[in-house]
Amino acid sequence: MHHTLVALVEDKPGVLNRVASLFRRRAFNIESLSVGRTAEPGVSRMTIVIDSDQASAERVTAYLYKLVNVLQVDDLGAEPGIARDLALVKVAVSNGDRQALLRVVDETRAHIVDSSERTMTVEITGEPPHVDAVIGRLEPLGIVEMVRTGQVAMRRGDPATS
Amino acid sequence: MKRTGAQIIWECLVREGVRTVFGYPGGAILPAYDAMLDYPIRHVLVRHEQGATHMADGFARAGGGVGVVIATSGPGATNLVTGIATAQMDSTTVVCIAGQVPSRLIGYVAFQETDITGITLPITKHNYLVTRVDDIMPAIREALYLAQSGRPGPVLVDITKDAQQASTEWAWDGRPIQLRKQRSRLASIGGSLERAADLVRNARKPVILAGQGVLQSGAYSELRAFAELTDTPVALTLLGLGTFPASHPLNLGMMGMHGEAWVNHAIQEADLLLAFGMRFDDRVTGNTRTYAPQAKKIHIDIDPSEINKNVAADVGIIGDLRETLRDLLEIVERADHAPWLAYISAMKGDTAVRDIQGMPDDGHLYAAHVIHDIWRVTEGRALVVTDVGQHQMWEAQYYRHELPRSLITSGGLGTMGFGLPAAIGAKLAKPDSEVWAIVGDGGFQMTQAELTTAAQEGVKVNVAIINNGYLGMVRQWQEFFYERRYAATPLRSPDFVKIAEAHGLTGLRADKRSQVRDRVQAARDAEGTVVIDFRVEQEDSVYPMVPAGADLHAMIRRPSTSLGAGPQPSVLAETAADLV
Repeated sequence: MHHTLVALVEDKPGVLNRVASLFRRRAFNIESLSVGRTAEPGVSRMTIVIDSDQASAERVTAYLYKLVNVLQVDDLGAEPGIARDLALVKVAVSNGDRQALLRVVDETRAHIVDSSERTMTVEITGEPPHVDAVIGRLEPLGIVEMVRTGQVAMRRGDPATS
Repeated sequence: MKRTGAQIIWECLVREGVRTVFGYPGGAILPAYDAMLDYPIRHVLVRHEQGATHMADGFARAGGGVGVVIATSGPGATNLVTGIATAQMDSTTVVCIAGQVPSRLIGYVAFQETDITGITLPITKHNYLVTRVDDIMPAIREALYLAQSGRPGPVLVDITKDAQQASTEWAWDGRPIQLRKQRSRLASIGGSLERAADLVRNARKPVILAGQGVLQSGAYSELRAFAELTDTPVALTLLGLGTFPASHPLNLGMMGMHGEAWVNHAIQEADLLLAFGMRFDDRVTGNTRTYAPQAKKIHIDIDPSEINKNVAADVGIIGDLRETLRDLLEIVERADHAPWLAYISAMKGDTAVRDIQGMPDDGHLYAAHVIHDIWRVTEGRALVVTDVGQHQMWEAQYYRHELPRSLITSGGLGTMGFGLPAAIGAKLAKPDSEVWAIVGDGGFQMTQAELTTAAQEGVKVNVAIINNGYLGMVRQWQEFFYERRYAATPLRSPDFVKIAEAHGLTGLRADKRSQVRDRVQAARDAEGTVVIDFRVEQEDSVYPMVPAGADLHAMIRRPSTSLGAGPQPSVLAETAADLV
């Protein structure tokens, strides 16, 4: 089961290493981890998706709090309110499948962000299952290269992690 | 005022009250050493940096304040690792200051460069790499603060040589440390103090499990008041020994792998466990699936991550133990558990300690005799530091600790070599205390070089080597679980009396029980450090023993027929696969 944690951390050298090292030494597997700035200077936000049950997520939360540079941890559970993932997918296109690719892009609200003679690059944004589904439809066409940012997430409504 | 980085290190340490440091100089820390001469600092020159960390640890545990270590880069820094890990596992206040190669060389595999902040990341509470002179003061001040706050632990500050050499306009900032991090927002679980008080009220067979948290929060009188008010017996972890007087009628003694049988039986049969500042280590619980099955558990700890980690708590309270117990004392009611106490008392008839203390004096010298006699001669008032192994468990069984901080031992990491240097550190923290290092012949030789440090510094500790010619605890496991195949455990040692004499110290020897008290008294009377080589029975074992991972009530008992015969290997071989 996937579990999403949000950690607000001090923006200092080595903090990512401290967090990653904690997961390694406590033997938790990270599915995805994304780091970025917040509205508050000096504070970064990590969205960490781990493959674990509720009890393990509570353990990890408690361990994260032991790190001096970790300011706050919010457990968003198995289904966070708002979750987004972004993928860039470079797909091989010969004349025939260019139409097939455009059809997928049209039907899935993806975007073409680059094209050349032999490839087209598609940007997919959405909830992770949506991104999975679009990638699934692109696979038969021949994926040349792909990158995903990993999930970022937030609670719905007024409650804030800040 | 103008100050170099090197001077700022000492300005901070001295202003924070540090007067003693343990260290070893080298290239990358030379500026700091040079500046040290102008400050009121006693520097203890060790023979290996590991010794410095254990001395600082012993200094801190004895109550001397933060133990400070200073070392150079590269091998100097990597030699700190075992001592830092020891301090981390036992939550003690050690601060290490390491020199680092100049910042322009970091990452270039320079001479004596090593990534010590990377290496120590998982074994420190926190660490710092400082490359700018203006960052030195905040790093040192935070390090000292972090080492002592909340759940204590070791902190390392790695300072580049150029940051030590650079000058800056500097002024002391003595304001309280303000970390951006606030106290973690994790809440207590399972309700509140009131719910805990309800459980206490309804208990008929309660047991208190007291750990090192009692020591670190200074909750001795609160623990005693709670035990007496609620008529609850107190079992102690290894690091909790001394936090509750051994002579108190409610004292049960040490729990766990080598705890007395009645202690473990009482825990297994309890209907309420009150865990005060302890962490349900595997050496304490045995098999957690069968641990205290009928007992509700109240767990009080300052570290939220300890609640529900090893044993599920019915009530988990996060906070300082002393404050929490004070609050709890206001709402719990006086109780009388005479039937329960009488039941436990009856079990005490069945005691291994009495077995061995009642043994005839058959000319053999047993470790139990030695430790029992040290206890008697010192009237239980010595500060005892142990190494790790059989002698450590015998010390815990036969030296009855009345006072807090009267036992210093490496519990969590089980670091052989800890004893002698930690004893030197303890003596420096408490010069008026009588300090005994009780060590094995194996562990003593790991850090034996620190005898020279004791000699050079004029530090008096009495070293009792429980010399059985084996790596005894490993030999015991081989006897019980590996069909007496003594792989690499027979140990040939040098003549310890001559070793002592070669250092200009006093060396004594005893191989009969009749000699023990005289030797112990002679060591006390002698000036300077004394080493006593106690030649004890070679194949004696520590009983009772709960095999690792076994049920806590499934103890191996001392065979009644002859010492050292041990249990039948075939009975135990099947458990060997689970051993840790």
